[in-house]
Amino acid sequence: MPAELIFDGILILLLLMLAGGALHVRSLYNAIVLFIVFGLLLALTWARLGAVDLALAEAAIGAGLIGVMLLAALARSDAEPGPRSGRAAIIVSLGLGGLLVAMLTRAVWPLAQNTAALPDMVEIQLAASGVSHPVTAVLLNFRGWDTLLELVVLLLALLGVRQLGRTTMQLPTAWPILRAWSRLLAPLTIMIGGYLLWRGSVAPGGAFQAGAVLAAGAVMLNLAGLLPNIRWDSGLTRSLILGGIAVFALVAVGTHWFGAGWLDYPLNWSKPLIVLIEIAATLSIAVSLTVLVIGENEQPSP
Amino acid sequence: MPELTVWMSWLSWPFLLGGVFFFLAGTLGLLRFPDVYSRLHAVTKADTLGLGLLVAGLSLRSDSWQSVGLMIMVWLLVMASGATACQLLARYQREAESSKATTEHRQANDAR
Repeated sequence: MPAELIFDGILILLLLMLAGGALHVRSLYNAIVLFIVFGLLLALTWARLGAVDLALAEAAIGAGLIGVMLLAALARSDAEPGPRSGRAAIIVSLGLGGLLVAMLTRAVWPLAQNTAALPDMVEIQLAASGVSHPVTAVLLNFRGWDTLLELVVLLLALLGVRQLGRTTMQLPTAWPILRAWSRLLAPLTIMIGGYLLWRGSVAPGGAFQAGAVLAAGAVMLNLAGLLPNIRWDSGLTRSLILGGIAVFALVAVGTHWFGAGWLDYPLNWSKPLIVLIEIAATLSIAVSLTVLVIGENEQPSP
Repeated sequence: MPELTVWMSWLSWPFLLGGVFFFLAGTLGLLRFPDVYSRLHAVTKADTLGLGLLVAGLSLRSDSWQSVGLMIMVWLLVMASGATACQLLARYQREAESSKATTEHRQANDAR
């Protein structure tokens, strides 16, 4: 027991130090590197808490893709860190931070007392959800509405980024060793992505994690110069991105029209419907994240 | 046969301690060595060996072949990615140094 306490204590200390460093270090590049390490340690923390789903998502999206996005943004900008904020701003942000900590403590405290009623309710209803992993049951059955809106948020983010800039990074020609290594890793990412998607119904995994792993593979191939930039113009890209939301919304409308209500699956249909939504959502998330990171090379039309 | 598991559990200790030693040595090298190349050398080689020893030690204590296989595959993947990242970083550093050297050379020529 004390060994685990020591490990957790070191983990928490490291997290706080990395977060402080990422915020306060002078060079933006160093801040990004610290942020990526912070994401990896946060994934480890989620795993220690038993939230393997979150750990996978944090490692793939929080540390991996967001790290690449921040580095790409840094390469495109020549912004220097601004002047240090004044005393009043520091006091105000400390006050706001304290308020947030107080509210979060209040929200998290019942979990420590183990009096939260929700896990038991999920366990009771699990048999009727069509899947045997409680997280997937919550995400795609009990609270399917939230997941549908998350996909919409991702689409909005993508559309917002598309409005921002047309500049693309000038990548140097990739060295042969990077190309060879990407060729070796690409099949692995497809295998792991497919595995995470398939395992999602019985164990940690699912659409977001699988999509992030697939997107990471695509980004790596692109950086190695093996995959052309994914173009928004192509109908395939757009239909894959919209497919996730479209399938989800069609299922929602269908269950509303023919069944008991909005996203209330018929009992025997829940498993196939959930798997169908997960597959469409995985492809949509994978392509969306890929386009977010490497964008498309929009040539000015001649 | 319970004796065998006890034996293997004892046998795993040198591997585990050796793994920890090499991890510490690699980290010390990363922190204390003077230039990029020797730091890369320390962190990639010593950590790969350390991880290999840890995997060997944990395999001796593991009770299923499946987890042994998984750990060995993780080790192979980390070894390959460590070697690749080391080569990439070293080459980046060498090109940065050589381009810096040429610009300095050119500036010296211009000044003359």
